[in-house]
Amino acid sequence: MPPSVKPTSVDRIASRLPDPLGHFGPYGGRYVPETLMAALEALDQAYEAARQDPAFQEEVAHILRQYVGRPTPLYLARRLSERLRGPRIYLKREDLCHTGAHKINNTVGQILLARRMGKGRVIAETGAGQHGVATATVAALLGLTCEVYMGTEDMRRQALNVVRMRLLGAKVTGVDSGSRTLKDAINEAMRDWVTNVETTHYVLGSVLGAHPYPRMVRDFQAIIGQEARRQILEAEGRLPDCLIACVGGGSNAMGLFHAFLDDPDVRMIGVEAGGLGIASGQHAARFAERTVGILHGTRSYVLQDADGQIRITHSISAGLDYSGVGPEHSYYHDRGRIEYTSVTDAEALQGFRLLCETEGIIPALEAAHAAAYLATVAPRLGSGQCVILNLSGRGDKDVEVAARALRVPMGGEA
Amino acid sequence: MSENRIDRAFARLKAQGRKGLIPFLAAGDPSLEVTGALVREFEARGADLVEIGVPFSDPLADGVVNQRAYQRALAAGASLGRVLDLVASIRRHSEIPLVLMSYVNPIHRFGLERFPAAAKEAGVDGLILSDCPPEEMDGFLDVLGRAGVHPILLVAPTSPPRRISLISARSGGYIYYVSLRGVTGPRDQLPPDLTEGIRRVRALTERPLAVGFGISTPTQAAAVAELADAVIVGSAIVARVEASLGRPDLVTQAGNFLENLRTAVG
Repeated sequence: MPPSVKPTSVDRIASRLPDPLGHFGPYGGRYVPETLMAALEALDQAYEAARQDPAFQEEVAHILRQYVGRPTPLYLARRLSERLRGPRIYLKREDLCHTGAHKINNTVGQILLARRMGKGRVIAETGAGQHGVATATVAALLGLTCEVYMGTEDMRRQALNVVRMRLLGAKVTGVDSGSRTLKDAINEAMRDWVTNVETTHYVLGSVLGAHPYPRMVRDFQAIIGQEARRQILEAEGRLPDCLIACVGGGSNAMGLFHAFLDDPDVRMIGVEAGGLGIASGQHAARFAERTVGILHGTRSYVLQDADGQIRITHSISAGLDYSGVGPEHSYYHDRGRIEYTSVTDAEALQGFRLLCETEGIIPALEAAHAAAYLATVAPRLGSGQCVILNLSGRGDKDVEVAARALRVPMGGEA
Repeated sequence: MSENRIDRAFARLKAQGRKGLIPFLAAGDPSLEVTGALVREFEARGADLVEIGVPFSDPLADGVVNQRAYQRALAAGASLGRVLDLVASIRRHSEIPLVLMSYVNPIHRFGLERFPAAAKEAGVDGLILSDCPPEEMDGFLDVLGRAGVHPILLVAPTSPPRRISLISARSGGYIYYVSLRGVTGPRDQLPPDLTEGIRRVRALTERPLAVGFGISTPTQAAAVAELADAVIVGSAIVARVEASLGRPDLVTQAGNFLENLRTAVG
């Protein structure tokens, strides 16, 4: 971690979970083809060595400072706070990171690690395209070749990010199977990795997959909460009452929450994609249905049918449109440490509009889910309280989708 | 002599100095009735054992041929429960060893406690899980083995000696050696390091070795039979089924291909 960040309670937890084989209680683990086991063991050892190497940590910190633009501000959103007539609301401005989302915190760490391991090629999956852009960006920065797998449905709705990846020199490979979204992109990235495992590092973009990914991605994203904890103590002289973040795979949420897990008075809320409503079955709210399964290398809550076939999800937000969730989230869900809820597509659009109009910030549709839930819960929180909302990404990529959904005229239309 | 049909089959092959031929089918592609007919046809044409793929929506160790087959099977209503029914119906008139091949999630959803007895009851002899190294499912593999269903584990070209020994200790029946780095699917050529890979595994296990992934032609099958105890042919057969979809001679066509493989393997 950068020298400016003092050790916090996160270090105590990080030393406990996961166990050496990647288990968070009954969740996590390594459910992958045997071909990948040696690579995962090698990655685990390389990450462990890098984590304890001050030179590696300083290299990560340097790029985060000088290139990504960290620390990101913790911004007191006055007009939003007034509008919601509740607590003081702070926005953790991950949207101000280079490339426009928190995803780059992880890709900097993983691609430096890949280079250290002597891998000349990286691959990634992407849903909204933010992780793909962040991977392509750091691959260009460090001179590695990059291929990104993306569902063709997501390529359609996040076309801007497809162009960005190509401009950055990445090959974008469309995936036309299943729901043509994030789940299928991960399948295809895993198939590539099984084939090219000795020359390629798979830059998984969330706290998902087989060990060590959930732990490693969490560690790289934990800087969000480490900064926020220091910043809120400076601003308020005390810890926040509540943290709110959207949860797809769960990396921005775990990144914010992790530094506060040992602070029992800090409430944490993860907001899933409610899609067209839980009753419709067309959603991505894993904790609403409570079925546990094994998907993409890890045991966690998974949306599936009675035969164990993975269900196709729906969300207006490509980054939340996924059937599984990070195993550490499942663990803290069961322990009651983190609360999970969901908002629908329509509510998320209202959250999107709310941030645009009160703060002049166009949020990513993913983060708009967190904003939408905040709008419903804020009036119930006292005015003496303070809340941190993780503004995980900016909404440029979503302008077309939002314009259609909110009927905002495009170009010369009136 | 073990009561498991897999052990009896490999003992017989060894006694006769022959190599095994193991075809793979995606259960329920295009229907479970056709799968049943194919198993009977393959037995008549000289298969020693049949691996039956239980469809899964997200088969990340499989190439496009098996992916498409699983999609067709799921669209036609195949499920683990119905595949067990199919095995039970085959068992009414056949003693050919039957091994289910799938991913963890359908078994997990069916119930890890329930599965071993249900599989044994149906007449299943072994289980292969493409996404499950032995570390994660130790308890389940034990229960499975005690119920009389062999856990058949995979060894890859990337498996270090320590893992080969671990896998051998946890396996029953035979070891499934994955010939290549990659997913299932037909290939033009056998991998160049196959001989060396098989030699590495042989040095560390006494168990019968069956080799699969990418073996597509009778010529390739004959070459692998020189090195292994049994040859597994999957996607190439599934592709024959796909090419014959909707045709009345589907079963015969697939059977002809099986017989060509049989002749090549010896």
